[in-house]
Amino acid sequence: MNEQLKNLTKGFLKENPVFVLLLGMCPTLGTSTSAINGMGMGLATAFVLMLSNLVISLVKDFIPDKVRIPAFIVIIASFVTIVDLLMQGYLPALHEQLGLFIPLIVVNCIVLGRAEAFASKNTPWASLLDGLGMGLGFAFALTVLGSVREILGAGAIFGLPLHIYPTDVKGSPITMLVFVLAPGAFIVLGYLIALVRKINN
Amino acid sequence: MGKKPESTFANMVIRLLIVVIVAGLALGVVYTQTYDVIAAAKKKKLEKAIGNVVPAFDSLKMVKVMPPTGKDSLTFYKAYNHDSLVGIAIDTYTDKGFGGRITLMVGFKPNGTIINTAVLEAKETPGLGSKMAKSKSNWSDQFSGKNPATWKLKVTKDGGDVDAITAATISSRAFCDATLRAYKTLKSYKGLK
Repeated sequence: MNEQLKNLTKGFLKENPVFVLLLGMCPTLGTSTSAINGMGMGLATAFVLMLSNLVISLVKDFIPDKVRIPAFIVIIASFVTIVDLLMQGYLPALHEQLGLFIPLIVVNCIVLGRAEAFASKNTPWASLLDGLGMGLGFAFALTVLGSVREILGAGAIFGLPLHIYPTDVKGSPITMLVFVLAPGAFIVLGYLIALVRKINN
Repeated sequence: MGKKPESTFANMVIRLLIVVIVAGLALGVVYTQTYDVIAAAKKKKLEKAIGNVVPAFDSLKMVKVMPPTGKDSLTFYKAYNHDSLVGIAIDTYTDKGFGGRITLMVGFKPNGTIINTAVLEAKETPGLGSKMAKSKSNWSDQFSGKNPATWKLKVTKDGGDVDAITAATISSRAFCDATLRAYKTLKSYKGLK
């Protein structure tokens, strides 16, 4: 049981996919413009990661080694499409915010990375926990990154204004816009990686 | 743990085929199950967008109109209240956005005055160009009640009357472009009554 607990918690700091493994940088930098975007993308990824890890672990003894990657991709892409369709139908408001990023989950290397590195070698239960832990770790990282960028770049958190910046004549805050744009993502990510390294050592 | 099957040609083809068939069937089931729900959600969103840009109406007529410039036709939703035309909601677009195509719903009075605007789809930079949406800032309020015949639909930098969004001139230009396309199409359209 101790082993299983480790599978669940390692994704947060010790093996955090974003801060330590440096996997899935494209959606990380692209979608973490605000705290809510980062969290939504992270949770959608966690959901797909959990299900794909479980199914891949269940069918691993059925797939010949040489065609395992195409088989994994088919499974992952199917889950992403299912999530996309369900969200469009039942959560249209959330889909409007995140619709753009959902198809990106397929090409997120962390999903295939966990399938190849963990689910194809471990039991379904361990793989499910690994997917959940890694997914939540990814969501955690994106939320932190998004929060920092939103606070610095827009002077708000989860869309609520913080009034930490001086305002211009029209009353809108004067913010450090660079943090909302791509260069700001790299700067914040760099500092956060340094911080997590420090904690882990 | 069972034993892995050998990577023989027959094994690979058959087992990969089975995976694909199962995945295909699962997708087919989900697609047919959600088809009606998705269509209903889209229709509701469209009707809400129309309701936001024109006065209260009791019936709608839809026409496709080709704009004088641009390659795709625009959709006109003519809103009637007791058989008199109260407004025209135009589903318009521009390809000049910072993040690609932007689609807007612009409501006009029959004389060409803008009633209101709503962003349907945009991929503009969050915190900058995204302020064109009503939910993010009141920037687009300046369009309401203006008639483009006298109010120049261009940002002030280009000699027009529109105050651009700070640090998002490209998005502002694109917004004006889409609105202007809707206005010009409305003016060239003959079936207004």
